[in-house]
Amino acid sequence: MAGKILDKIEIPQDRFELRLSGSGGQGMILASVILGEAIGADGTKNITQSQSYGPEARGGASKADVVVSSGEIFYPKAMKLDLLLAMTQESLDSYYPFLKENGTLIVDDVLVTEVPTDNYYGLPFTRLAREEAGHVMVANVIALGAIGAITGIVTHETLVEAVLARAPRGTEEKNRKAVEIGYREGARLLKEKAAGK
Amino acid sequence: MAIKKRHLMLGNLACVHGAIYAGMRFFAGYPITPSTEVAEGCARELPKIGGKFIQMEDEIGSIAAIVGASVAGLKSMTATSGPGYSLMVENIGYAYMTETPVVVINVQRGGPSTGMPTKGSQADTMQARWGTHGDYTAIAVAPSTVQECLTETIRAFNLAERFRTPVTVLLDEVIAHSREMVTIPEKGEFKVYDRVKPTCTPEEYVPFEMTPNGVSPMAGFGEGYRFNVTGLTHDTMGFTTNRPEEVSPKLDKLANKILKYRDETVKMRTEMMDGAEIAFISYGSVSRAALQAVMLARKAGVKVGTVQLYTIWPFPEKQLREICAGCKKVIVGELNMGQMIYEVERVLPNNIKIHSIQRYDGEFLTPMQLLEKLDEVL
Repeated sequence: MAGKILDKIEIPQDRFELRLSGSGGQGMILASVILGEAIGADGTKNITQSQSYGPEARGGASKADVVVSSGEIFYPKAMKLDLLLAMTQESLDSYYPFLKENGTLIVDDVLVTEVPTDNYYGLPFTRLAREEAGHVMVANVIALGAIGAITGIVTHETLVEAVLARAPRGTEEKNRKAVEIGYREGARLLKEKAAGK
Repeated sequence: MAIKKRHLMLGNLACVHGAIYAGMRFFAGYPITPSTEVAEGCARELPKIGGKFIQMEDEIGSIAAIVGASVAGLKSMTATSGPGYSLMVENIGYAYMTETPVVVINVQRGGPSTGMPTKGSQADTMQARWGTHGDYTAIAVAPSTVQECLTETIRAFNLAERFRTPVTVLLDEVIAHSREMVTIPEKGEFKVYDRVKPTCTPEEYVPFEMTPNGVSPMAGFGEGYRFNVTGLTHDTMGFTTNRPEEVSPKLDKLANKILKYRDETVKMRTEMMDGAEIAFISYGSVSRAALQAVMLARKAGVKVGTVQLYTIWPFPEKQLREICAGCKKVIVGELNMGQMIYEVERVLPNNIKIHSIQRYDGEFLTPMQLLEKLDEVL
């Protein structure tokens, strides 16, 4: 007889779960590592960062999870997402069902055209990277800035430090600029949302 | 007291730090997903402390090199995944026979053959016990968190040195490729065991002497003690023998030096087993899902607990029987088509009903899947 306990199970509240998803090569795994390092910088929280990817270096689905908790993290992967970043339509379609009802959805609104809800933040990360930051490769860092601004899960300063700590030599300025663009755009959307636009 | 620095660290890298803490100074390996970061970490860290890293031509060369380095006196390690482990098992047998302590990390991925490089698995559980031919007793340990990657690698070295035997660290891809907050222990915080060296003169040295505990003091090549090392069955001097009165004592020694002290090898974590009528039994990443499932199910009023094995081999027969004595049912969770369940079936009494949940599609067992299974067997 199934159904004896499943109805009584409550998803644990002491976890904050983020998933960064896109296509292989978009830097989702690296972005999740930077985010984990930034959130963990003060050493007070428990963090599990993990990923799932295919054997390809480019293309294929790529997703990375960051689970944050003040207590012991039992299951290392995300169960119900508090935040989903989807850089492609495919990744949104795959992971949207795992987003909590009141979870935060952030999408690249150039590459993602069909969003099953009105309650989301859309930014053209890839276009911003190419046109404003100077290289398509930093789209992931712009997305990190936006996540920082929208969630407040890390301070601006800590996130910039974490990005720069991972930036290859010679790319510091480009990366710094990318975080700032993300913060600016994320803060703008947040303000618009608060104003009810 | 200052707060100890915690780092967000990859599981594979935590193995490297554990190995270095335990005294590893030689690593030979051949890169293979999902274990490559162990080799990368060793290449980076070992030269800083006077150790040696060699990338070998293949896995057969890698295991041969670490056996040699260990005979020369250095604590040695290699890391691989299933396809590489399969190539290594012949010389792992050589390490059993020559009683050479080495640590082999096997980050399990989907198989058989080259299988799925980036997908996790626990399908090498039995191979770690029975991989090489012949009679021997194996030791295998299994971490489930990144911090435990560090501590279990230390334990693997200690067991290898204590028993003069190869030890396998059975990782799975999810733990190896996760990053978690890790504290690097201070010197002295964990016991580090070094192999017993001979105290006699080189002339008196009996390299495979029958000692009361079965472990013979081990001289390093180049330390002045001359001895023969062979994979052929040998007498206490290390020379080939077919004499029945010497053969079975040698094989008894290989088994009993570990089995007589098997309680020392046991390590498990039990949660919510007080009054538990049902128990999950698992290791590695599955134990993380089981812990989560049990915490949720207990809140929903189900009398369920979890037993996590850190030592898979030798299988903790007596301890598992004791812990599960009050259970009516157990559920064995594995990322394979059913391997550890054979041991559980062998060990537990008939009045305990044994259920299993297995997953072998490259994905991991989730807490919800375990809860569904629990619901089904209630």
